[in-house]
Amino acid sequence: MGPAPTTNGRRLRVLTLATVAMIGAALALTFFYAPLDADQGFIQKIFYLHVPLAIVSLCGFVLGGILAIAHLRTGDRKWDLRSYVAIHMALIFGVGGLLTGAIWAKASWGHWWVWSDPTLVSFLIVVLLYATYQPLRFSIEDYERQARYASVFAIVAGAFVPLNFIAVRLAQGLVHPRILTLTGGNLPGSMRLTFTVSLIGIALLYATLCRVELAAKSSRIRLRRLRRELLGEDAVRPLGRSAAPS
Amino acid sequence: MRLLAAPALPLHKAGPYVAAAYIVFVLLVIAYVAIIAVRTSRTERALDELQRDVEARKEEHDSGRDLEHVAAGRLTRAPAAASREGERGPA
Repeated sequence: MGPAPTTNGRRLRVLTLATVAMIGAALALTFFYAPLDADQGFIQKIFYLHVPLAIVSLCGFVLGGILAIAHLRTGDRKWDLRSYVAIHMALIFGVGGLLTGAIWAKASWGHWWVWSDPTLVSFLIVVLLYATYQPLRFSIEDYERQARYASVFAIVAGAFVPLNFIAVRLAQGLVHPRILTLTGGNLPGSMRLTFTVSLIGIALLYATLCRVELAAKSSRIRLRRLRRELLGEDAVRPLGRSAAPS
Repeated sequence: MRLLAAPALPLHKAGPYVAAAYIVFVLLVIAYVAIIAVRTSRTERALDELQRDVEARKEEHDSGRDLEHVAAGRLTRAPAAASREGERGPA
């Protein structure tokens, strides 16, 4: 038997179980409860995956900016690490959103990509913008400067995300279906329930994976510190240039 | 371009697209978990290495202390041995 789990370990376990339960429920509702869409038919089932991925990804980018503000205010490295993980994970979810969106577009419109749709193009711009985050970090060797510049980037880019969203909403000639609106949207009750459960499931998955990555990175950092304290500076191999906080 | 007017695909044609979307999602999650698993096993190996290093240092330290004890013992025994030798006188 291994050692007793710590409070963080227990929290992660609870979060993981909640994620698995919620995603299982979302899949069951998607394929066995939600009715077929009158317009799009079975293809619309991708909606319950693609839209939550895109929403959670955009929220993750904004969260990365908020955590970066905390880093600049306090100068504490842990906020930089959290901001990095939030953005890293949001980027992965963003790529997932793009890929599933492309599959939906091919099935629904007959094209993998439509350059005339502002929603698609603006989301691609956001993902490409954040794709430069890691190279930016990697290009700066000094850790303090790297963390500071990355935080500034995360704040500016994080502010760009809602602006971009509003601009796209105001744009004319949309191809992308508008299903979710502030006035209630066009989803019937069963579809709305399925979508809400899917969104919570994907959000929980995001939170779980962020915690897993944070735990992995924190363990490496603590291990390195412990090695230095116990065995001296010579026992620790010098760090190579890295995009991740160390 | 009126793309929304495209008719819905029949189930047998739509199925592979829906399956592909969900498979992409599952593959992304599996790839991520696999990468984290590799990193965690690397951290575990480093932890084992650290434990071995610390134990080796500890043993080194303990054997160093034993040698010190032996040396200290010789020093305390030395005057007594000299006096015994004095009593016996030169051979």
